[in-house]
Amino acid sequence: MANKIEVKDAKVYYGPDLTLKGVSMNIKKNTVTALIGPSGCGKSTFLRLFNRMNDLIDNCRVEGEITIDGVDIYSPKVNVNELRKAVGMVFQKPNPFPKSIYENVAYGLKVNGIKDKYLIEQKVEESLKQAALWDEVKDKLKKSALALSGGQQQRLCIARAMAVSPSVLLMDEPASALDPISTTKIEELIYSLKSSFTILLVTHNMQQATRTSDKTAFFYMGELVEYEDTRQLFTNPKKERTQNYITGRFG
Amino acid sequence: MNLLETELGELKTLLNDMTLLVKGQLEKAITAFYTFDKDLAKEIVKNEKRVNGSELIIDAKCEHILALFNPVAVDLRFVLASIKMVSDLERIGDNAKGIAQFIIRCEKPFDPALVEKFRFREMTDTAMEMLTILSESFESDDTELARTIFSKDELMDDINVAANLVLAEYAQTSQDKEALLQAIYFLSVIRKMERCGDYITNVAEEIIFYVKAKVLRHKRKHIGKKMSEEDNE
Repeated sequence: MANKIEVKDAKVYYGPDLTLKGVSMNIKKNTVTALIGPSGCGKSTFLRLFNRMNDLIDNCRVEGEITIDGVDIYSPKVNVNELRKAVGMVFQKPNPFPKSIYENVAYGLKVNGIKDKYLIEQKVEESLKQAALWDEVKDKLKKSALALSGGQQQRLCIARAMAVSPSVLLMDEPASALDPISTTKIEELIYSLKSSFTILLVTHNMQQATRTSDKTAFFYMGELVEYEDTRQLFTNPKKERTQNYITGRFG
Repeated sequence: MNLLETELGELKTLLNDMTLLVKGQLEKAITAFYTFDKDLAKEIVKNEKRVNGSELIIDAKCEHILALFNPVAVDLRFVLASIKMVSDLERIGDNAKGIAQFIIRCEKPFDPALVEKFRFREMTDTAMEMLTILSESFESDDTELARTIFSKDELMDDINVAANLVLAEYAQTSQDKEALLQAIYFLSVIRKMERCGDYITNVAEEIIFYVKAKVLRHKRKHIGKKMSEEDNE
């Protein structure tokens, strides 16, 4: 299977500080990759490389080569708005717009110039179905998204990200603010979505990484310590630092 | 030390204690065999309840750790290995009890000439040596030491196989029906000792599994040597 994403010696500086210290990684298409590590290890910085969210941070400088489908996403020729259409993102805290459920999902399509109402309706339904939310909201699409539960709001955000047909989904602790039932739904969703998307998932929840991902990358102090098949990493890690972290014997 | 480490430490202590308990049971069974001490044999039968009780406590401990702590990597392997080890240790206890029951049932001591022909002394010495090594290698997580058990198990197997021929020859020469019956009991005791060797070997394999993440079950004889070399690299 071809590599969807290739990262070669990626370095991220915040001012003079080297936060990500030369990470290289290949990610296959239609897989889920979990990024784990203690707070401040660089996993979220790494995640934000793929939709160039780090560009929004003052004094941030990126080095190295990152390609998606063979295209260098840090090339001056790349339109960042187009890139963010192709690389959707879901954040830790659900952040629906203060609009109706329907408008939340349709928003990205309208911003991208799609005016065909029928096409938008079709895409909204399809995205909500993909996000396993359709059955719960189909009768109240015009109601405010803010009236939904936290778990439903997060699935709405996933539907919103999917509506513009990205090929990569970035998820930054998408279930950390949710109750166990909503968490299970998000995890089932992640598992089912990998047939359509390549997913990168930042999580502090080890069991979530083991349940949902194909591969896991362990970061520590800006370095990629180990990148392995999830089953291998959680049963027999090669590096002692990984073993210490996942078994809770850190520091 | 975090909570999980404390739980795992307690599990290891329980398994250590059970290994020593089972070792004591087998040692007593062997002593009762040579001394024909029926009281000691009865004590072994009575003590079997303690072995069974240990098994239940360790099973519950493993269940508790799996449910509450979600162990991974070496911790997960240790709990999985413990579940299997406790079952094998309990069976060694069962076999010690089985040997004791033969002693209780027999009317007179086993024939010393037959003890020699069956190489039974060699067998019981080897079984006790295997249990001593097992206890030490488990306590120190020493896989190299655990591996030394495998060749000793092969010796136990050889003695067990050879015992069939010894019994066949004995049956041809012996005219005494009671003596022959006792020889058949003796063969059953040998079978039980051989099974103990197998269970001790299984536990040794589990030590290697949780320490080195290597599965030796069903393939040890073919690749044991090669894997030992890999361990040393």
